[in-house]
Amino acid sequence: MPDLHRDRAFPRHGRPVYLDYAATTPVDPRVARRMIPYLTELYGNAASRSHAYGWAAEEAVELAREQVCALINADPREIAWTSGATESNNLAIKGAARFHRGRGNHLVTLATEHKAVLDTMRELEREGFAVTVLPVLASGLVDPDVFAAALTPGTVLASVMLVNNETGVIQDIAALGALCRARGVLLHVDAAQAAGKVPIDLAELPVDLMSLSAHKLYGPKGIGALYVRRRPRVRIECQMHGGGHERGLRSGTLPTHQIVGMGEAFWLARESMASDNARIRALRERLWAGLSRMEAVALNGDAERRAPHYLNASFSYVEGESLLMGIKDVAVSSGSACTSASLEPSYVLRAMGRSDELAHSSVRFSLGRFTTAEEIDFTIARIAQVVARLRDMSPLWDMARAGVDLSTIQWAAH
Amino acid sequence: MAYGDKVMDHYENPRNVGAFDADAEGVGTGMVGAPACGDVMRLQIRVNSAGVIEDAKFKTYGCGSAIASSSLVTEWVRGRTLDEALAIKNTQIAEELALPPVKIHCSILAEDAIKAAVADFRARHAAADPA
Repeated sequence: MPDLHRDRAFPRHGRPVYLDYAATTPVDPRVARRMIPYLTELYGNAASRSHAYGWAAEEAVELAREQVCALINADPREIAWTSGATESNNLAIKGAARFHRGRGNHLVTLATEHKAVLDTMRELEREGFAVTVLPVLASGLVDPDVFAAALTPGTVLASVMLVNNETGVIQDIAALGALCRARGVLLHVDAAQAAGKVPIDLAELPVDLMSLSAHKLYGPKGIGALYVRRRPRVRIECQMHGGGHERGLRSGTLPTHQIVGMGEAFWLARESMASDNARIRALRERLWAGLSRMEAVALNGDAERRAPHYLNASFSYVEGESLLMGIKDVAVSSGSACTSASLEPSYVLRAMGRSDELAHSSVRFSLGRFTTAEEIDFTIARIAQVVARLRDMSPLWDMARAGVDLSTIQWAAH
Repeated sequence: MAYGDKVMDHYENPRNVGAFDADAEGVGTGMVGAPACGDVMRLQIRVNSAGVIEDAKFKTYGCGSAIASSSLVTEWVRGRTLDEALAIKNTQIAEELALPPVKIHCSILAEDAIKAAVADFRARHAAADPA
């Protein structure tokens, strides 16, 4: 068994410390090794039923399907391969809304969902669906009473992510699902960030559709899956036509090597989730202990209901992009407007009631399987250094230290 | 996004970070931007009796391009008269720093900071400013 940590020792010259696992993950070497034969040797098309090349590919695909099911306790007939969680979200939401249009045209979701869900919902609005986007509490959690009140007789589908990509907050899907069941509303859950990080048991959870991604879980980019419940049977309209693959749910030649990779990644996650999580939680606590020693540092997101891998913090009086620029040797992301193409600060943090200023000053650290204690300590030292330097350059820090209440200032914004 | 060399230089080695006493003789202070926008610049100038800016200091809350724009401005205003300082255009700042289109607004804010500092100086020293 290779020493997974030895090769990821802190920081090799020229390579930043990677603390952006929520953005994507390195493919686990064991996953990559399993994939490669399917590129150059076992390259058959899984739909070729007449020869050994096809049979070998089909066998590999079906094994991978079982591996994915093992992590989430689903039946293989409930899994359809897609190009990733974005496609799965599109398929689930558009597919369910369009199929069930006869019995209603109302959709519900949360303000903190991923753009893949929000933009899909907006597109359906253009087609004549009514969409309710619910607010969340300061913790990032949705109030179950608010959620229940939004479900009307005309509501077809609700979409709620299990683990939030910016804060790691874990929604109470069991409770929300029960509310949906009671009202005949389908529940779609984006589990791209959740699979392999928190236990998922679809025999227990009242979830009808679930989106899965490989590249958040040490698998390759460009492959995901959509879970579609059989009992009770969930019907959706196909969005990608042409050959009827995946029981007519999603046409297109199956990328065997990608699927093998996703299967192996999910299988490894099932084996190591408990031990990975314990290690990662301890490292995350170490990171927070170091960062919270600084003044004016705030945590974003519920302290308890949060997956162990995430730490979203705001460093007051310091703008996020300038902070990231100063720690080029640590790879993280920020909720600052300057780091987004739209120049809008993080809508997730704003939905949680965080001021624009705190959103601009936010940094998301996300840990993973290969994170080491040395990397954490290095990060704490670099952050402390850069925050101190930037605060020395910040007029807001000057004013705060002089006791000025920044909320009372009339800013001359242009 | 990869950062331009000049922006990185000003970020790593900012010129004239600091503050003057805003009430001191010959000092003008301009504060522009807003925390909600992610950009706040405070530019201070010290003007001598001949109406020439002899020193300037800045502090900025903002991205690397905002820091670079305000740092550059403190270099450029030194040795200029107030009217010469007012002639500095954001386009010149953006060109000098090779700012990408999405960061042009940082140079606009820096130009505004100069105007605010000069206006503050003139308001405080109405009698002393040889226009």
